[in-house]
Amino acid sequence: MTNTKIKFANVEFTYAPANGRAVKALDNVNLDVAKDEFVSIVGPSGCGKSTLLYLLGGFLPLVQGEISVDGRKIAKPGPDRGIVFQHFALFPWKTVRQNVLYGLERKSMDTAQRAELAQKYIDLVKLTGFEDSWPAQLSGGMKQRVAIARTLVTDPDVLLMDEPFGALDAQNRGILQEELLAIWGSTRKTVLFVTHDVHEAVLLSDRVVVMSARPGRIKKTLPIDLPRPRGPDVNRSPRFVDYCQEIWDLVREEALAASGVKT
Amino acid sequence: MKEIAIRYTPVVLLLALWELASRSGLVSQDVLPSVTSVSVRLWQLCAGGEMLSNISASMLRLVSGLGLGIIVGSILGFALASSAIVQKMAQPSLTFLYPLPKSALIPVIIIWLGFGHSAQIAVIFLGCLLPIVLGAYNGARSAESTLVWSARSLGANSIEAEWHVIIPAALPDLLAGVRVALALSFVLLISSEMLGAQRGMGFLIAFLGDGGDYAGMFASAFVITAIGFAADRAYLAIYHYLLRYREA
Repeated sequence: MTNTKIKFANVEFTYAPANGRAVKALDNVNLDVAKDEFVSIVGPSGCGKSTLLYLLGGFLPLVQGEISVDGRKIAKPGPDRGIVFQHFALFPWKTVRQNVLYGLERKSMDTAQRAELAQKYIDLVKLTGFEDSWPAQLSGGMKQRVAIARTLVTDPDVLLMDEPFGALDAQNRGILQEELLAIWGSTRKTVLFVTHDVHEAVLLSDRVVVMSARPGRIKKTLPIDLPRPRGPDVNRSPRFVDYCQEIWDLVREEALAASGVKT
Repeated sequence: MKEIAIRYTPVVLLLALWELASRSGLVSQDVLPSVTSVSVRLWQLCAGGEMLSNISASMLRLVSGLGLGIIVGSILGFALASSAIVQKMAQPSLTFLYPLPKSALIPVIIIWLGFGHSAQIAVIFLGCLLPIVLGAYNGARSAESTLVWSARSLGANSIEAEWHVIIPAALPDLLAGVRVALALSFVLLISSEMLGAQRGMGFLIAFLGDGGDYAGMFASAFVITAIGFAADRAYLAIYHYLLRYREA
């Protein structure tokens, strides 16, 4: 791949708590993600898929292997890699507007420009009118919209999403999936999306990476060859159903292995 | 209106009963001076200026001791939360200090620092330190790592992330610790002034009591109670304002 954006090379990771048994979370992970590609990572609980995101985010120290973005080794967190977490991670003491403005504070632009940009992204995630609300006043779906706006406003090249819709109800999840596709279609970012939800992975992605049970390795990578834009009917196509079935079988195999059941 | 009546009827009844018990001679005037005689003394002490000068001496000590406790306690609590080495070094002292009744320190501190302001300030400072340290420590530890990570990935460096995330995240616990310290500081103020001071509300209460002026003593005790109550109310108002984001 000539247009590789993100590269994981021989990445290993072991959690070593101060008092407790060390747990190997990732083992020899190799993955290339192309520029503007949407890649989902699925796998059984505890397979290290979130760890992979946190390493790319620079939040955890990488000891073994190498991760690079645009050919540069990553060393620490940076605004080139925005992240959205499952439980939103909004600053509860900041209003919607203040949350969205946070990432702009260090950018060289004047106050009016910042305000304008923040408003643009608040409008984009359909929270117009809630600018001065506190996060505690919002529903789960609205909180996640704020988190998405807060991340997108800084215009990161890479968007890391750690089960972003996992804490939402089915309706909100469906709506946000559609909106994410629309936003991604118009802003074009490289997305690494971790999820439990196979259906969601197939719906959103160009490729789905299936990880093995702990220690996590890449079990299989499947290109999802479905036309875009993907409307609400896409999940009824036979191809979509086949992809889901194939991925689900792979994940289940690993989940059963993880729980010690022989298949 | 009805609400107010329900709330304050018992207070009024209690005062009436007190007045009655004292007037009727059921309880000796020396032991329990009547409400009216206490009120008269309260007026006299205020008009004579004794009240104000003693209040100001007490408040100076309280504000200094508590203020110092808040500054040092917060810094210490945050340092404990952020560094394993600091935590290891400080833990034995804190664990030992925790169950110690802080008023036990009063005589020792008076010997060290004499009868001026500094002894009372030191007692209040030491007594307030622990709840504030614990509040800051627990609060800082409760900060979710995803909040710090979010700040970092939005461009904050590690020091900025600390300031922007750890401190506000610690605020609810820290403020709760300060409220405990505020209540403690009044106890320590009055007891330390009773034992070794020539001014202050604790001194005034002890002095009037020793001289047999029980009405004056009650009046002074009432004043410091009212100040304590007002301070707690004012503090709560600040507390709710600072944490208004939680009360959605």
